[in-house]
Amino acid sequence: MKAGQQETRAMNGDEAVAYAVKQSDVDVVAAYPITPQTIIVERFSEYVADGKVKTEFVCTESEHSALSACVAASATGARTFTASASAGLALMHEILYVTSGCRAPVVMAIANRALSAPINIHCDHSDSMAERDSSWVQIYVENSQEAYDSIIQAFRIAEHPDLLLPVMVCLDAFFLSHTLENVKVLPDEAVREFVGNRQLPLITNHNGEKVPFKLDPDNPITMGPLDLFDYYFEHKRQQEEAMQKAAQIITETHNAYSQLTGRRYGNGLVDSYRLEDAEIATVCVGSTAGTTKTVVDQLRAKGVKAGLLRLRNFRPLPVRDIKEALENISAIAVMDRSNSFGGYGGPIFHELRHVLYDTSSHPYVVDYIYGLGGRDMPQNIIKGIYKDLMEIVETKSVKEYVQFAGVR
Amino acid sequence: MRDEQKGWKDIPIAGVCWKPATEYHTGDWRTFKPVRDQAKCTKCLLCPMICPDTAIKWNKATEDIEFDYNFCKGCGICAHECPVDAIKMVREGA
Ligand code: SF4
Ligand code: SF4
Repeated sequence: MKAGQQETRAMNGDEAVAYAVKQSDVDVVAAYPITPQTIIVERFSEYVADGKVKTEFVCTESEHSALSACVAASATGARTFTASASAGLALMHEILYVTSGCRAPVVMAIANRALSAPINIHCDHSDSMAERDSSWVQIYVENSQEAYDSIIQAFRIAEHPDLLLPVMVCLDAFFLSHTLENVKVLPDEAVREFVGNRQLPLITNHNGEKVPFKLDPDNPITMGPLDLFDYYFEHKRQQEEAMQKAAQIITETHNAYSQLTGRRYGNGLVDSYRLEDAEIATVCVGSTAGTTKTVVDQLRAKGVKAGLLRLRNFRPLPVRDIKEALENISAIAVMDRSNSFGGYGGPIFHELRHVLYDTSSHPYVVDYIYGLGGRDMPQNIIKGIYKDLMEIVETKSVKEYVQFAGVR
Repeated sequence: MRDEQKGWKDIPIAGVCWKPATEYHTGDWRTFKPVRDQAKCTKCLLCPMICPDTAIKWNKATEDIEFDYNFCKGCGICAHECPVDAIKMVREGA
């Protein structure tokens, strides 16, 4: 497969996700069809109705039920997908832990939206950041092309026999989900070949026999039963081990996919932009990286040594890559599109600063909470952040560690 | 729970049971133990049917019922339901 055989289509982020799911030979999609649901499952349900996919499509009465159905389907060995956002993801909270605890490799697209109240349907990362401890892999994409590419990669990552953890692909609501973009798509066969069939590792059953890891009446196994102080901790330790292996699986999958398409997103975990000789840098996830790259180019044209680190993965946190990319930077501004109320900055700041604490260079690290409820993040605000960083380098002091960018 | 305690590298993922539930002696939790008065018992076989843990069995050899205290959790249903009051619940260790 060569990049030339790809077709360019005008799609918004939701459609790009639905198209990737259509091509990925998914057995079951269970979803709640109404708000805060996006066009993702609406478009996919059309594929089902038109007979373009063989997928079993289950409409449920809530997101809690949708994800429960997905866990059950996935436990039988089925390739499973769902989508949600905002309050829908919050309602799934309990089942997110059941999914990862049952090692069900469900793939879910999240159109990142604010949480009520007041009611808001627009973009911020409060929904998925609140689920960062649920043992789901989290990939944040910059544009609709990456949303398409990441969904296809996500099935191969989640179902990898060494991982078997669910994956969230997070795309910024409206900025990506509802905005038309040119998206290059692979032919159906190429995607099908890339995702392959779900491989089931062998597992020891209650009779000490090795059987495929799936619910099957001919080879019955029990998943996720009562597990008290004697073994629960061991099962959680296994999940952490899988997460630690995830980084390598993600990079391998990303590399294999790049060979197919010619597209790369950094090393698959982090995407560095003009960081090599940078003195100051920002760090963010999602579509803001696109605007920031433009600002970096403008600053570079004026001789300012500015750079950007976009985290593609927040879970697992690419600790080594963050250190390598940022340890020689003098001052770093994290841009958080969610807040941890009463904490010390937003979730990305917490982790970034924490990782960099170990570096001998001890860079200045500050945080800007921005864009809550879909508030725009225009170039001039990002420029202002880089200006603050220049001042920090010049004066060797920080006035405020946590600030709000773009609030009146 | 009395068996060897394995480490996280040695157990299947997802809480998959690697041995039958019968190896887990739920009788450990019991506070009251059912004790039958053989003289009163008519062997009506109601209690083997209603025990929620199938801890009362018919023994063909002895032609009598017997309690499996490894799994009897001491709920007292058998004592409550026995039509001739042949079962008494006695505090463990008393
Ligand atoms: S006390 Fe309960 S568990 Fe024990 S034998 Fe009677 S009915 Fe069964
Ligand atoms: S219910 Fe009572 S009489 Fe009937 S078998 Fe059990 S102990 Fe005997």
